[in-house]
Amino acid sequence: MPEPRLIEVRKNVLKQNDLTARALRDQFRAAGVFVVSLVSSPGSGKTMFLEKTLTLLRQDYRVAALVGDLATENDAVRLARSRAPVRQITTGTLCHLEAAMVRNALQEWRLDDLDFLFIENVGNLVCPSSYDLGENLRFVLISVTEGEDKPLKYPTIFNSADVAVVTKMDLAAAVEFDWQAAYGNIQAVRPGMQVLRVSTKTGEGMDEYLGFLRARLDELRVSAAV
Amino acid sequence: MHELSIAMSIVELAEEEAERRGVQVTAVHLRLGALSGVVKEALLGSYEMACEESPLKGSRLIIEDVPVLISCPSCKAQRPITSIQLFCCAECGSPGSEIVQGKEIEVFALEIAECQSPV
Repeated sequence: MPEPRLIEVRKNVLKQNDLTARALRDQFRAAGVFVVSLVSSPGSGKTMFLEKTLTLLRQDYRVAALVGDLATENDAVRLARSRAPVRQITTGTLCHLEAAMVRNALQEWRLDDLDFLFIENVGNLVCPSSYDLGENLRFVLISVTEGEDKPLKYPTIFNSADVAVVTKMDLAAAVEFDWQAAYGNIQAVRPGMQVLRVSTKTGEGMDEYLGFLRARLDELRVSAAV
Repeated sequence: MHELSIAMSIVELAEEEAERRGVQVTAVHLRLGALSGVVKEALLGSYEMACEESPLKGSRLIIEDVPVLISCPSCKAQRPITSIQLFCCAECGSPGSEIVQGKEIEVFALEIAECQSPV
């Protein structure tokens, strides 16, 4: 039995996904489409938030969405009520979206015809954090009913996201949601992270949120024009 | 639980390297960041499954934990953080969100046994 020898390899295990995501990002930039992905635990209000987003943005922009779930087309059906183009990605047993699934789902779409594309990930606060999807911005959603310590339990997903959105603010008083504690916990695991507060039911915070998206699209267009 | 698909990617990557170099892999050394989103114990279990029916069957997965380092805005240096729940410089306490290490899922090295050359 010969002595085991060590050879250096130094290869990123997710290289294939990262390369696909990079190619998608280039494609999105060339088409001038701003891409936002949403991650959260199941039941945090992602689909409702997205339906509202699509409905409101559709008045002024060309918007579309991809939605990932293990099974069923229910979310796509719900989102289609916004009358924006929507496509469901069913992942089977897979607990997250990967860049290749996004690429495949977009194959027949003309990205040039879009201003905003939204990608709703599978409801999961763990696995999606490892996979870049080529998006411009990743939103992590937490609802007021989930507890203020979610960020401390899932620091990795907060570190893979760019903006945090606290949803279901209309229920904040009923569940005695402690905003200061939640905000403090987000800042502890991700110092400087922007945090938005919304209620899709009352419309609270939606103007600020949509204004934020508009500004980011304008920035993208300005930087592309230079 | 995406550890099985990560494990399969590791096996695939190691197999390719082994084939290219004409060697037999006895162990895979992996660097795993604290912010990789991968659970070490689940990955170890999945690795065994992923190796079944592959030339790597019977090989070991050796995982090196890679702690988070941030670029501390005050110290102007790379520093560890207070804890995974508190992204502050462990030296001076300044908050820092610029992560310079800790997201790795990297096959670092392979332990090999030389194959006998075909007669």
